[in-house]
Amino acid sequence: MSAVAVLGTGLHPWGKWGRPFLEYGVAAAREALRDAGLEWTDVQYVVGADTIRNGYPGFVSGASYARELGWNGARVASCYAACASGAQALDIARARILAGLCDVALVIGADASAKGFFRPVGGDRPDDPDWLRFRLLGATNPAYFALYARRRMALYGSTPADFAAVKVKNALAGSLNPMARYRKPVTAEEVLASPMVADPLRLMDICATSDGGAAVVLASESYARRRGTGFVRLAAVSTVTPVFPNTVLELPDFATDSTAAVPAPERPFRAAIAHAAYEEAGTGPEDLSLAEVYDLSTALELDWMEDIGLCPPGEADKLLRDGRTALGGSLPVNPSGGLASFGEAIPAQALAQLVELTNQLRGRAGSRQVPGARVALAANQGLFGHGSAIVATT
Amino acid sequence: MTYAIDGWFAISPQDGVHLIGTRCTGCGTVCFPPRRGSCPNPRCPGTDMEALPLPRRGRVWSYTNACYPPPEPYVAARPYEPVTLAAVELDEVGIVVLGQVKGLTVDQLEVGMELELTAGPLADGPLVWMWGRAS
Repeated sequence: MSAVAVLGTGLHPWGKWGRPFLEYGVAAAREALRDAGLEWTDVQYVVGADTIRNGYPGFVSGASYARELGWNGARVASCYAACASGAQALDIARARILAGLCDVALVIGADASAKGFFRPVGGDRPDDPDWLRFRLLGATNPAYFALYARRRMALYGSTPADFAAVKVKNALAGSLNPMARYRKPVTAEEVLASPMVADPLRLMDICATSDGGAAVVLASESYARRRGTGFVRLAAVSTVTPVFPNTVLELPDFATDSTAAVPAPERPFRAAIAHAAYEEAGTGPEDLSLAEVYDLSTALELDWMEDIGLCPPGEADKLLRDGRTALGGSLPVNPSGGLASFGEAIPAQALAQLVELTNQLRGRAGSRQVPGARVALAANQGLFGHGSAIVATT
Repeated sequence: MTYAIDGWFAISPQDGVHLIGTRCTGCGTVCFPPRRGSCPNPRCPGTDMEALPLPRRGRVWSYTNACYPPPEPYVAARPYEPVTLAAVELDEVGIVVLGQVKGLTVDQLEVGMELELTAGPLADGPLVWMWGRAS
């Protein structure tokens, strides 16, 4: 598979700013264009990762950003894929570039989120499982994260102290990242003393909902070479769906698939997402210099480490405790500070993961720099069978 | 009594509470919630789903609680008591089903423990399926 070039990246700082999402996206887009040394009028294709909580402009975000930047006649697309929206938008842009239909694409995602639990989109909608799970069970997103965490404790002996150690590690990395929302180091004692939200997860185990924006300029390799500035290669984008029967209870479902007629697939969904990216890039976990994974909860970071193949199931806690996944360790996980430090701005988050990968691979991650970074993976998962993994290389 | 959702569970005086699933007449795949239309097995072209009562017992796959009132459309009791949730792997059919837990807190639950289906009211009245202590 050919790669496309990442020519420029931009972020609007994560926070709770109370401004329209378009402001964050446009600020990130202008930064990405400046970083790439390109003008908005050089962009031939703009792809928006949608937000579903900000009205019609959010559902046609590609066009909303294009109008905000000033109609330039570029082709446009908008897409929604829950937490994987940003990666889906990257994939759409990359496909058009690889097909030879354009040379330069701009991908943008941003969100403005309300305080507290994510809630379903309004109205009385009993046909929507995302509405029904709240109505019938009161099952919030953290409830599902907590089910995974408790399962992990039962299967592998993980403890709340292990979970707290993830937060301590990520908060320390986030304290070094000027784009992160939370920039204060924390102690394990503080995590373990924070209020219980969904047993066994406490407030500081669970990622917040945030405002933020991210943008990436992609280009064909030939275009990037002609510019002669050097570039990071986007070597894989995996957006695979689950394989029946999916035996992990996923948001927002009431039940898993049944194994009565068909046995479970070789790889569970999260592992399959990463595997497809490795295959496409012709790499494996042994090649990684760093990884960004979707730490919706502290415990989930440990699950992800195993899903992306850093260690066999049940051994992530040991890698963590040995300091291997901290900055300065042999394979830092979430060197950006992760969702623990950013909070989730849904359509921006997968793009922000690529921004961190790119910064690391370009050697400009400052005090968070992973020395000699060559290959990096980012992975995430959202609702309704959406997930993504990307591999970037120098 | 009103059910919070039609066709997902039934209460019979003889057999107690059970979930209603569907089984594909082609390949035998079982589903909950009950499903109409295509079989979820991608290799099965079946579209004929028959309703069947699901096993009433299973083992806890995992569990948690909601220490803060969940947002609407959930109707939280006042004063609020934490809702306990359990995901239970049903005997025989290989499905894990999520439900509220009646009469047990997280301190009384364990992964692998046997639970049995029951029903109970939501704060605004209608009944929903719930997991309870195995009789």
